[in-house]
Amino acid sequence: MNLPPGVRPVRNESGIEVKPLYTAEDVQASGGLAMLGLPGEYPFTRGIHPLMYRKQPFTMRQYTGFGNAADTNRRFKFLIDNGQTGLNVAFDLSTQCGLDSDDPMAEGEVGRVGMAVDTLRDFEIAFDGIDLDKITVSLTINGAAAILIAMYLAMAEKRGFDLKTLRGTAQNDILKEFVGRGTWIYPVEPSIRLVGDTIEYCAEHAPKYSPVSVCGYHIRESGATPTQEMAYGFCIARAYADEVIRRGVPVDEFAGRLSYNFNIFGNIFEQVAKFRAGRGLWAKIMKEEYGAKKPGSMWLRMIAGGGGGGLTLEQPENNIVRGAYYALLAALSGAQTMALCCYDEAYTIPSEYAQRISLRTMQLLVEEMGLAETVDPLGGSYYVETMTNQMRSEMERIIAETDAAGGIVKLIADGSIQSRVSAQAYRMARAIESGAFPKVGVNRYRSDEEVQRPVELHPYDAAAARAQIAALARIRDERDRVAVERALVRITTDARSGANLMPAIVEAVKAYATVGEITQRLVGVFGRYREPVRFDHREEQAA
Amino acid sequence: MNSNRRIKIVLAKPGLDGHDQGAKVVARALLDAGFDVHYTGLRQSPEMVVDAARRENPDVIALSSMAGAHLPFCTRLKPLLEEAGMGERLWIIGGSIPVADHDALRALGFKGVFATGSKLDAICDFIRENVR
Repeated sequence: MNLPPGVRPVRNESGIEVKPLYTAEDVQASGGLAMLGLPGEYPFTRGIHPLMYRKQPFTMRQYTGFGNAADTNRRFKFLIDNGQTGLNVAFDLSTQCGLDSDDPMAEGEVGRVGMAVDTLRDFEIAFDGIDLDKITVSLTINGAAAILIAMYLAMAEKRGFDLKTLRGTAQNDILKEFVGRGTWIYPVEPSIRLVGDTIEYCAEHAPKYSPVSVCGYHIRESGATPTQEMAYGFCIARAYADEVIRRGVPVDEFAGRLSYNFNIFGNIFEQVAKFRAGRGLWAKIMKEEYGAKKPGSMWLRMIAGGGGGGLTLEQPENNIVRGAYYALLAALSGAQTMALCCYDEAYTIPSEYAQRISLRTMQLLVEEMGLAETVDPLGGSYYVETMTNQMRSEMERIIAETDAAGGIVKLIADGSIQSRVSAQAYRMARAIESGAFPKVGVNRYRSDEEVQRPVELHPYDAAAARAQIAALARIRDERDRVAVERALVRITTDARSGANLMPAIVEAVKAYATVGEITQRLVGVFGRYREPVRFDHREEQAA
Repeated sequence: MNSNRRIKIVLAKPGLDGHDQGAKVVARALLDAGFDVHYTGLRQSPEMVVDAARRENPDVIALSSMAGAHLPFCTRLKPLLEEAGMGERLWIIGGSIPVADHDALRALGFKGVFATGSKLDAICDFIRENVR
């Protein structure tokens, strides 16, 4: 476009030019309002429900967990007492990697960045006194997801909840773990099989449970642009859908329980356009490509949250303000659930104090700022509608490019996606260092003589770790060894035969088999993932 | 050292921490600066770091830690590296490392500690200046 002299051209992170002014002509030129519609109606660009937050505000679900199950249970109750409406459980890295607390690789890790889980007993303690019909629980677990979903269902059933109506979510998106976050265990193919097993099992036994939350989030944290974040997320969701459909399950029997997790840092209008564009595009994919009939199968149900990649170590109080803007854009985007990274997360796992500030940030939007009153308040803005159309076209282009290159599974297995996003992360790191990409308090308005603000660090509780290991030893002693061994043998047999592994895993967790024991049996059949290490795409850095 | 030889770096992700965005950014910066970089990938035990060092015979052993387990890991790694004859190589560590832990890491032999926010070129300069 022709800019007046002295006005610099600007592109957003997705590479789309941002104009100083938008009019109805821009909306027309970008495709018009064909994909707009009404909230609650196909293609759902404006929201998946007609009344959205007027009927029910977004769920507030801070990511929490540390130490042992009893410590975490206390923090859960603190958050619930403060008005939080859902739980999002953080697990320690040994649990996430399928190791028991007494494994040599777990040394120094037990309960450090999340709650330690070895057996069903830990789930019984963690959720004690919490009404699972009122507070929905999201498990942030991937490599070990099949085991922890089995534990959650077994715990709920034991407490008398009806699995036919039990709600809740597991992250269980292993493909993105190979790109970012890194808690993979098995090679790519059997990892996808396990995701398929959980979807198929839940569709039959716990039909209201969401066994997968596909995460563009961590791909974005690893260096992806906002359009890549959503496009790669959709490619991954299609890979899981294909796996389940291949087994003969009709799309409308499971697609309604697929959910999503996207990031919220960056340019406010680019982000709002991303979510609106994504909702329309996913509906179109489900309807046109998969032939879904139920509206619920076409809904992009999502948590829009976190924003960690936008927060800074420098001047950490600025992160409170960033978090407020991120929450605002998530609310403007019509997310079902929200969570915010806390201002101290560049230093430590969040303090209770920081958690409460994040929670209050979300409550302020609903209670004081009018964000829950009107659906899709930015709908009809020339700028937002134009950008929504342009972002959707860009996502479609990335999906087509990914498919043409062999598909997302191949491109993740051979390390191409990882290499591409890490090249972008490097370019961004250099742009922040040079000041070409502005970060307040980092490359702007920085005061080098500034003393580091005291941030309350969350200490590692070595005593809690020892107690966890001692408790594990007691459970190993007390449980019915014959029942455990029988269940573990069945896991090996079913892993080899190709049967759905969930019934065997459920049997094993009910017998108090450990996360590590079950994982070992699966590794015995599947082997372990070997990470492709690639640093290509250097030509793109120069471009 | 002989200026005709490229400085070789083994860059490892210790323990179970899966946050590798920073490690890969640093690896690319080191490659751009002309160093020879061997990146181990994730999930390295102390023994695996030592094995990689034995195989690659690097001038520098670099760790990237984002999830807080750096002190227990480095405490286990130090005697193993020394036993392997790697005590005189340059050891450095970067990532999410609280200021309170910097002295303890230096005392363990990690001469360079590069917390989040460190400049990529500062890491490269430090390596050039400190490799014997």
